[in-house]
This record gives sequence, C-alpha cells and structure tokens, in this order.
Amino acid sequence: MFIQNAVVEKSIELENSVYLLKLYCPEIASVIRPGQFLNIKVSETIQPLLRRPFSVCDVEGECFYIMFNVLGEGTQMLKDKKKGELIDVLGPLGNGFSFEGDYEVPVIVAGGLGAAPFPFFLKKIKPGQNPVCFIGGRSQKDVIKYNLKNVHVATDDGSEGFKGNVIELLKENLETLKNKNVKIFACGPNAMLRALKTFIQENDLECDASLESAMACGFGICQGCPIESTHNKDKYMLVCKDGPVFNIRDIVI
Amino acid sequence: MSNTEKQKKVDLSVNVGPLRFRNPVLLASGTVGYGNEIADFIDLSKIGGIVTKSLSLNPRKGNPPQRIVETPSGMLNAIGLANVGVEAFIKDKIPFLKKFDVPLICNIAASSVDEYVECTRILTAEDAITGFEINVSCPNVKEGGLQFGNNPAAVGEITRKVKAVTNKPVIIKLSPNVSYISEFARVVKEEGGDAVSAINTLVGTALDIYSRKPKLFNINGGLSGPAVKPVALAKVLEISRNIDIPIIGIGGIFNWKDAVEFMIAGASAFELGTVNFVDPTTAIKIIEGLEDFCIKQGIKKISELTASYKIDK
Repeated sequence: MFIQNAVVEKSIELENSVYLLKLYCPEIASVIRPGQFLNIKVSETIQPLLRRPFSVCDVEGECFYIMFNVLGEGTQMLKDKKKGELIDVLGPLGNGFSFEGDYEVPVIVAGGLGAAPFPFFLKKIKPGQNPVCFIGGRSQKDVIKYNLKNVHVATDDGSEGFKGNVIELLKENLETLKNKNVKIFACGPNAMLRALKTFIQENDLECDASLESAMACGFGICQGCPIESTHNKDKYMLVCKDGPVFNIRDIVI
Repeated sequence: MSNTEKQKKVDLSVNVGPLRFRNPVLLASGTVGYGNEIADFIDLSKIGGIVTKSLSLNPRKGNPPQRIVETPSGMLNAIGLANVGVEAFIKDKIPFLKKFDVPLICNIAASSVDEYVECTRILTAEDAITGFEINVSCPNVKEGGLQFGNNPAAVGEITRKVKAVTNKPVIIKLSPNVSYISEFARVVKEEGGDAVSAINTLVGTALDIYSRKPKLFNINGGLSGPAVKPVALAKVLEISRNIDIPIIGIGGIFNWKDAVEFMIAGASAFELGTVNFVDPTTAIKIIEGLEDFCIKQGIKKISELTASYKIDK
C-alpha cells in the first residue's frame, strides 16, 4: 500500500458511458491482485475532496486499467484525462479474490459495472480452467461483457439473453453447475448479492463476493464502510480492509 | 541549506498549557484510528502528537451504513463513535503506539459524566498516555455528545470531575454548534481544564433527491474538511480574543498555509483530520512547509505565530 503517481495512457469509451482508463504505473501493476482496489484522487484541488475507489479491471505489462461509468463530477474528470497527465493513486488496497480450493470451474456472476474486476481475474485463473460468466443488467445497454468469455446474459427487460435477473438465470443453469465442481466469484449491487447469498446457501456452493461501499480513506481509518459480520454481531468489519472480497457466508448483506 | 542548519534556525516546538510537543502538528481523533494504519505512510515519531479515536468505557459498534457522504469541499460523517473500548485499547493498541516517540492524547467520548470520569481514571494509570482530550461534542450519537457540548454547566462539571481523577493535562474539545464558543472556553478555564480544542464537526445532513431519504443512516452527520475552515477559524479567534486559555485549532486544515492561519488566529497547536483520509502524508508536508515559511519570514520560534493577529478594533 503506497501513494504513487500513475501516468494516463488513454481513456477509452466502451459504450453507454462506460469508460476504461489505462494508466502506466509499474509499481502498482506488478503487485496488484484481482479484486483489490485503488483509491484515486481525480483532482489536485479540494473539489471533489475525497478519493474514489476503483477495482483494478485489467493489467497489461506495466499498465493497469480501471473501468467506470460517468455518474458525477469525479468520473467526468476521469474520463476527460489526457495522455501524459498524472493521477495520484493509493493502493493496492484490500483483499482480492481467493483462487484457493479444489473447484474446477470458476463461475463469474456480475451485475452492471460489477463486471469490472473480471478481465484481470480471468488472466489469473488456474491453467486449463474453463470459466463461465453470468452477466446481468437492466437492459442490453447495461450489460458489460468487456474481455469476458463464455458469457450468458440476463436482462430485466429481456432485450438481450434471458429475461429476468442474473440470479434467476443461475437457477436455470443449476443442474449444469451442480454437475461441475464450481466456485462462484461475484460482484454487483447489494440486491444481487443478497439473492446470490440465498442461492449459494440453498445449493451448498462456494462464493467470493466483492462489495461496493461509500468510503473515504480506503485503508481503515475513516471507518466509513462498515459491513455486518455473520459471526460477530457486536462489531462491524470494514469493506476496505477486511474486504472488499468476502466469503459470501461471512457477511450480512 | 542542510536540515541541521534549518533546525537551528526554527524552533518548531510548542507548549499547550503543560503539554509540550516537538511541533504543532497533531493528528485528530477519529482520523488516525489507533495509529497503526497511518504508520504505513508516515513516521509517527516526527509529528507533534496523536489523538486517538474516541474511547468509551465499553466497545461501541457504531452506526450502520451509510456513514459518510461527500459534500462540496467537505464530508459528512456519522460513524457513531465506533471504538474498541478502554480495556481493549490498553491491551491491544497501546503496545503498538509505545513503539513511537510521540505524545499520545487519549480522546474520550462517553454517555454520562460518570463514564467520562471512569474512563479517565482507568487510562490515567497508563504511562504511555500523555494527556486527555474530552469529546463533549460529538454530533453523531443519540445520547451524550452534543447534549453535553451545548450546555456550559455540563461542560464545566465534566471538566472539574475529570480533572479530579488525573494529574495529566486535560483538553476539552468544543462544539461549534453553539452561539458563543468562548462561553464554553471560559467554563473550561474556570473549572481547571488545561486547554480547549476547537472545533469538532458542524451538524449537517444530505438528502437523496430521488428517494427523498437522508443519505446517512443517522440522518445528521458531522461536517468536516475545507468547507468548515472559515467557521473554525472564527471560533478559534473568538476564544483567543476573549479567554486566556491555550487553544488547539481544528477544522479543514489541508496545508501549511491553513495551519499558519490557525496559529495566527490563536492556536498554539493544531490537529489534522479529514486531510488524513485524502493524503495520509500531509502531516509531514505541513511540518516541512511551516519550517520553510518560518525561515523565509525570519521567525525563530513558531510559537511566535500564536495569536499574532493584527486587528485594530
């Protein structure tokens, strides 16, 4: 964990206001793991004041990518960054996905921008593993498939793939999943993760889930990102430090 | 010019009542935890002092999410005084903090006068603790906090009773959510408090315009960051002009210029808060900036800045 200036290589618009920013920063690119995140100062001034957390989307050599959609002032500034500009990056932060275990098939479950960490994830899976991805969105324009493979799509309005949410699509594929030795890796809105946790428990599956949370510092001092633990009701865990990736059984979503 | 020569030219040490710090840069309660996370970024032995996360007698879980909201040039927090409690602090946190040659100020937040007294009585036995900062002004908990901070008699009683159980210096952290903060500083002085720190956060809120609900679970939070700096400065100046008591300035200090401004307004030392979330190395940058400023201005002792304002009326 350190503070480093990253150099903007390029800003790429994927589609529908989803952007990738490619940053040159060998110090981060060489050590960051899938599921870890970076807390990025988008402006040198006090407006906006706080850093913004982004999971690492991909790593190529000495560069890393972040993925974001333009929602407010901060992400607008990020998308407008020009080649050569410096960005103050704090990281790598938090715990990444755990590749441990004797599963054969990594199954990715993502909703909306929750797809962001998985291009890098797929580069780090065990050799020979053949991953499957279940990706959800409200409609076709919200489905992000960037650098994913074996993708099954669910949309609420049925404009692409299965009509319904991504957990319903998982249920449709339950028998196939159960016949393979799978571990689920998930990232998305809390409502999706809540439904996923029920699904995981009902079907006795394993799942690492990456959470999003409002936070200020990203390394445990602001205490702004509490998450309830299944095991200890008297004390919150922190998304930034104890996560952002948790065994889904360990958290109350 | 070498560092050694620089040090000979500027004496950065300050006294805050009976407290002596190597420089005026303290880290504010609730923005440095118990020191271990920020120690990854800066050498704690170089800063003036650390003020711990607020401690209560028993552990507090704190508020459910959402606890923080960014606002223009600031942020709202409603952490709810989440802390490990006095016992675990002594057992688990003090051993780490002892590794550093840095004064440790214990911040105490309680729900009753008795709890303030009991926390102080237990902690005063710890050699590693240099002094206390009593938080009578947290806006984010249902009981205690502001209900004390708004009442001069309650602030006086807490000051008197806490002083009665410790020989260590006691700083009272004052609320800005009052009409005349100097009335509170007067009570602290009269009841034997050694210093005041000002300000705690300002009460604020934020609403989601689509759901029409408060963004914070607690509804209200404490506003901090550069947005509050002018308010904090006015409060420090008000105390400085009316009451003869040492002041630790707090409120939106983000760089050495902000720090100098607080000292001119009357602060003997100051605390960095929200900035630690944005750039945890700021304390070191400010120490360097203050030293350069003093050299350029021909100031030999930084304490000369304190209350050096020039106001004609």
